[in-house]
Amino acid sequence: MYAQMVKSEATKDDPEQLAAFQARIDAGEKIEPKDWMPEGYRKTLIRQVGQHAHSEIVGQLPEGNWITRAPTLERKANLLAKVQDEAGHGLYLYCAAETLGVSRDEMTQMLLDGRMKYSSIFNYPTLTWADMGAVGWLVDGAAIMNQVPLQRTSYGPYARAMVRVCKEESFHQRQGFHIMMAMVKGTAEQKRMAQDALNRFWYPALMMFGPSDKDSVHSSQSMAWKIKMNTNDELRQKFVDETVPQAEYLGLTIPDEDLTWNEENGQYDFTEPDWNEFFDVISGNGPCNVDRLSARQKAWDDGAWVRDAMNAHAEKKAARKLAAE
Amino acid sequence: MKHLFEFLLRQGDNALVLGHRTSEWCGVAPALEEDIALANTALDLIGQTQLWLGYAAEVEGKGRSANDLAYLRDVYDFRNILMLEVPNEDFGRTLMRQFLFDAFQVPWLTALCGSSDKRVADFSGKSLKEANYHLDRSAETVIALGNGTEESNTRMQAALDYLWPYAGELFGEDDTDQAMQAAGIAVLPASIRNDWDTKVQGILSDASLRTPKSTFAHFGGRSGFRHTEHLGHMLATMQILQRSYPGAVW
Ligand SMILES: [Fe+2]
Ligand SMILES: [Fe+2]
Ligand SMILES: [Fe+2]
Repeated sequence: MYAQMVKSEATKDDPEQLAAFQARIDAGEKIEPKDWMPEGYRKTLIRQVGQHAHSEIVGQLPEGNWITRAPTLERKANLLAKVQDEAGHGLYLYCAAETLGVSRDEMTQMLLDGRMKYSSIFNYPTLTWADMGAVGWLVDGAAIMNQVPLQRTSYGPYARAMVRVCKEESFHQRQGFHIMMAMVKGTAEQKRMAQDALNRFWYPALMMFGPSDKDSVHSSQSMAWKIKMNTNDELRQKFVDETVPQAEYLGLTIPDEDLTWNEENGQYDFTEPDWNEFFDVISGNGPCNVDRLSARQKAWDDGAWVRDAMNAHAEKKAARKLAAE
Repeated sequence: MKHLFEFLLRQGDNALVLGHRTSEWCGVAPALEEDIALANTALDLIGQTQLWLGYAAEVEGKGRSANDLAYLRDVYDFRNILMLEVPNEDFGRTLMRQFLFDAFQVPWLTALCGSSDKRVADFSGKSLKEANYHLDRSAETVIALGNGTEESNTRMQAALDYLWPYAGELFGEDDTDQAMQAAGIAVLPASIRNDWDTKVQGILSDASLRTPKSTFAHFGGRSGFRHTEHLGHMLATMQILQRSYPGAVW
């Protein structure tokens, strides 16, 4: 989901080596940075982990949009702590990707020039305070759905990063739910904000799991490599089944008239998101794509003198130390 | 009681206004490590705000809360020093301001740990741990950016020159300060001026920056008499929900 459209790379390696590699994965062994791995595995992982890292970073923006307007000191502190966690997740994930031989600066460059993506969800605007509730509840909630199984992914550094990330994500999800609780218990205006936030974020949250399995032709190799642990539709179904009762508890209405409990298979039937909108968003035409990327570009450009100075200072210090020895 | 309330507002408002300015950096810092560090600093400061303004509200005894004080006072009731409310401008000014303030906070809070008011002493002890950490980091950054490149040196010098006339307000003295001293609750800010001068001179010189010669100081923040134009805009943003939806619980 944070890596919605990662295509598995084809691989042209020696069949025997490939078979031995697959056997290790099938046996549940972890692949470590120094181990041999197929080129396709490495490239697919770089794209997936990088896309996840970028999502954490760009994901700070829609929430940062409300930090300066948080309604109480407690909410401001909670939101700051959350956004700080997200930056930390970005850091773990960039570190995991670096073990595959691509630097953070290179990945940043690829984000800025459009060669790498981030989750489509962060291309939607946050318009009221209730959106801070909806983002925590639904977006972090969907992130957990996807990331809990990734704790068992075959690549060691990625799996370990996921363990740290997951602990914090469930905290974020609860925090978001509490914001929603306060809103639905509040004034008529607050209830309206809460419902409006759910109306706007429901389908974009469903899109976070990526296209429907029938249109997602790239999953099988990733599943065999245990880079992807479940299909998109499996995770989406699980998300709907867990979220609908929570919405009911809040007294909010899921914006789907056809949502029904299916007695036979013990799960909800629900309306698929508008996949045309999804493909529009990932190809650059979401409501905030241009603004999000230009905010990142501006931060990168404005910060260049700081990064240059820090590097220059570190080099001078190292040179002085060397001269003194 | 009026003086204690006033004193606590100064403590709380300094933390709140700097915490808010720092939080404006969310997601757009020069590097990921700085995003994390700035969020962490802002978080510490908002935490300190809750302590000081919570106590202020209690001392005032009018049934207001820390949140009421933060979100429902207008410009002239704020008691932070002016230096903390001016805009961030760039990362250089943000870190230079943080350093000038941290270099004050460390000796100041150290002195307040000996306060005759137990809660002032407790809050100061807790805040001091954070202030020490902030000072290490801001001083180190000022040194790195002062020495880094020609451009970074120029920017840091400009930041220092801009902020310098605002730094003197840290050492203001009025009835409130004197009443706090007489009650053993606080020392006079002027009593830590030497510590501050020594620390600041030392770091600025390590950073290859020139300490401005002027001793002129803008006042008006800690008395609330005359804030800068910037504070009103900051409050308009910060207070919007509490002002737009009176009485709502968030
Ligand atoms: Fe995260
Ligand atoms: Fe995440
Ligand atoms: Fe999160």
